[in-house]
Amino acid sequence: MITEYNIALRNVGKINPASIQDYMDRGGYEALKKALQIPSEKVVHDITLSGLRGRGGAGFSTGLKKKYTSQASCVLLECMRYIVCNADEGEPGTFKDRIIMEGDPHLLIEGMVIAAYGVGAERGYIYIRGEYHQSITMIRNALVHAHAHGFLGNNILGSGFSLDIEIKLGAGSYLCGEELTLLESLEGKRGYPRIKPPFPAESGLFGKPTLINNVETLSHIPAIMINGARWYRQLGTETSPGTKIFTISGDVQNPGYVEVEMGVSLSDLIYRVAGGMKDGKPFKAALLGGAAGTFVPESLLDVSMDFDALKEKGAVLGSGAVIVMSNDQSILTMLDSILRFFEHESCGKCVPCRVGTKQLVDLLEKLKGADDKRSDHIDALVYQSELMAKTALCPLGQSPVLAINSAVRYFRDELETTQISQSRCR
Amino acid sequence: MKKTDILEKYPPRMENVLLLLHDLQNNSRMNYLSEKDLSLVAHHLNTTLSSIYGVASYYSMFSLTPRGAHIIRICRSPVCHCAGVNDVFNELTRILKLDVGATTPDRLFTLETTECLGQCDLAPAMTIDNVVYGKLTATSIATIIAQYRAQFRKKSASQGD
Repeated sequence: MITEYNIALRNVGKINPASIQDYMDRGGYEALKKALQIPSEKVVHDITLSGLRGRGGAGFSTGLKKKYTSQASCVLLECMRYIVCNADEGEPGTFKDRIIMEGDPHLLIEGMVIAAYGVGAERGYIYIRGEYHQSITMIRNALVHAHAHGFLGNNILGSGFSLDIEIKLGAGSYLCGEELTLLESLEGKRGYPRIKPPFPAESGLFGKPTLINNVETLSHIPAIMINGARWYRQLGTETSPGTKIFTISGDVQNPGYVEVEMGVSLSDLIYRVAGGMKDGKPFKAALLGGAAGTFVPESLLDVSMDFDALKEKGAVLGSGAVIVMSNDQSILTMLDSILRFFEHESCGKCVPCRVGTKQLVDLLEKLKGADDKRSDHIDALVYQSELMAKTALCPLGQSPVLAINSAVRYFRDELETTQISQSRCR
Repeated sequence: MKKTDILEKYPPRMENVLLLLHDLQNNSRMNYLSEKDLSLVAHHLNTTLSSIYGVASYYSMFSLTPRGAHIIRICRSPVCHCAGVNDVFNELTRILKLDVGATTPDRLFTLETTECLGQCDLAPAMTIDNVVYGKLTATSIATIIAQYRAQFRKKSASQGD
């Protein structure tokens, strides 16, 4: 049996997302009321205890992020802190944040207000990608209603705590989903990455301590406030507690999304949640985590889908994207699509990525057309992507190595022999 | 909406530049940002034209050249790719007689490609302006385009009355 959970997807499909009353009728904003009655340090402490890890892809401890942000020393007289919600969802195969924003926008806002209270942030921004029109509309509407009900603004529910949240829009840059680049974009600049450290907890938006969390991460917080950290820890695995939204696409019978415990097996996601392989075709591979992700073969179908078990196998959980490929699909053409994606999205700021992403596309092009020496071309791809990972400035340039290495590890034979024309996706 | 009204919606801080550019572009009949628009923004934010140009030219949703009334954005990312978006794309370029980035002579459509639109459960997918179209096939794409064209003809005819 696969048990579905409704934590981040608590109200999706069950309420009219445009109605704050619907949300409140299902216990909405009760978690905020509870949180405002306890000291802010306790809020951060509870979130740390829950073991919640960032759902955007990196899997960093949400509680620790909050602790660092709340403790960041203030050099200036006024101690301004910011909270930023990363809603610039753009990883191929990922649409979990869109589902939350379109279906339950107040849950995100409630989680964000609680998090802001925890770290003492007075201003918040939700940075939504420009293409997500419906999400933008729903969040914009929800912010107005939350304000009118006193859940945002000055002296929230008489607690003395104040917070304003504004929407900011992206404009078609994948890289702006990377947290430091997102801050640059929020400040009104070209989306070029910053050098880390300093981390945002210390010096983020406008140089001030900033907490940045993903939409899904923030949406877990109200339930943790209501039910407690211990309850949350019982779900999922020891090191990746809680639930996760997986978005399943590709060659499955029923593509879609599901919220289940961390540690679910890949085969359960494919065969029990998504109704099995499309038209009963044999499974070849799954690309986990999107373009910045890894291929896994049939032998890993039983792998536990959590941050650490996947890492042990050289794979990543990432944003929870599961792109399923049947025998009809070619690893080579998928790799081609991934490398072109990175070439297109490279910002050009650092040389290794600007030149490297182009070189990887060229190398793959050579491999596609090669009659002999295919093995040499494959080794060159691996070498170039590893070099890029070591020298590039930001996670974008460090990502192609994931797909390339995993493809070579598990599908080297196919890469050495495939004729491109056999594949459906060209 | 008058351009000055758009500018006044936002306090003159650099952090508002993307919102300003979005609004000005959405307000433009030809879906683009003219040099005049960029100058207005630069003046409003008390900065140089070059710095606004730098921002506007970085982001792929902004166009600095006139576009058609409807912007078609078709997804070329891995999921749509494997779901056969190339067949749809080829049909689209055939029907519209367009290359990527170009606009039809009647200025009805501009064809663009985009990376993942987050509609992977509906792959292959595209958007026309703010509307999402999924599970596209070569047949369905023809119907969708025909609908827009019919609407356009109806509108031009009623304006001619």
